Amino acid sequence: MGYRPDELDRKLIVATQGGLPLSPMPYADIAAQLGIDEAEVLKRMQNLLDNGVIRRIGVVPNHYTLGYTFNGMTVWDVADDVIDQLGQQVGNLPFVSHCYRRPRHLPDWSYNLFAMVHGKTRAEVDEQISVIRALLGEACRQSDVLFSQRILKKTGLRLQL
Amino acid sequence: MDDIDKAIINSLQGGFPICSRPFAAAAQPLGLTEDELIQRIANLRENGTLTRFGPLYQIERMGGRFSLAAMAIPAEDFERVAEIVNAFPEVAHNYERTHELNMWFVLATETADGLPETIKRIEAASGYPVFNMPKEKEFFVNLYLKA
Repeated sequence: MGYRPDELDRKLIVATQGGLPLSPMPYADIAAQLGIDEAEVLKRMQNLLDNGVIRRIGVVPNHYTLGYTFNGMTVWDVADDVIDQLGQQVGNLPFVSHCYRRPRHLPDWSYNLFAMVHGKTRAEVDEQISVIRALLGEACRQSDVLFSQRILKKTGLRLQL
Repeated sequence: MDDIDKAIINSLQGGFPICSRPFAAAAQPLGLTEDELIQRIANLRENGTLTRFGPLYQIERMGGRFSLAAMAIPAEDFERVAEIVNAFPEVAHNYERTHELNMWFVLATETADGLPETIKRIEAASGYPVFNMPKEKEFFVNLYLKA
């Protein structure tokens, strides 16, 4: 996996990781800041997007302000021989925003499948959880859901030059 | 938040244009002017409806690492440790969650080696062990929240 950003790419990432300027020509503003042409910025941003270094460009809403007060990290202890197949099926559910296999830390932590769900009511999330539970069936030995109580930090990535 | 704000949030969680006048290009299908869209996004940023506006970087595509990490912090020490953890630039997000492991944060480091090194520094600075839970496999990632 790998695109190696050069020095100018890194400067561009550092200049934009906190957000784009809210001005009519934001890329020109960044170009001026870096002492390069706007065309160079546009070309490099497009290249970073095409290479997947930029996942997406746009607005990032605050879950809570949009009414998504129930943000649950559902965690599941799934049999190792079927987790990849079942994990993919859980990831394909329309209401799951992130789904990963992660290592257990026995005896403190026995869950190896993580699926994030978001709802405006507890009932909505409980319904989502019951769909996942039904899908996993007997392959799942135990499960839990960890609701976020508070955002302590949400800045996203911060590279340093 | 009115219907226009909702339309902006629902249509611009990705695909913001890379061109000379991107706000003008993005405003058109929404029936807004360039200035109106800029002002709307500025207001939504200011009142906290948006936490960010701009590119979301995927550090693993450039040789870095993301990981999810968790700590069990006693209630009376929670705020102090949250401050220590949040002060690390490698901590991209941090959430308080309902569990004995009550602090969950995402680490982003520029190199593969930076991840264990950062975890050691967080353990030293906070005095608590960090449970590192790097993803072993990604099944799906696409957060889209409808306003």
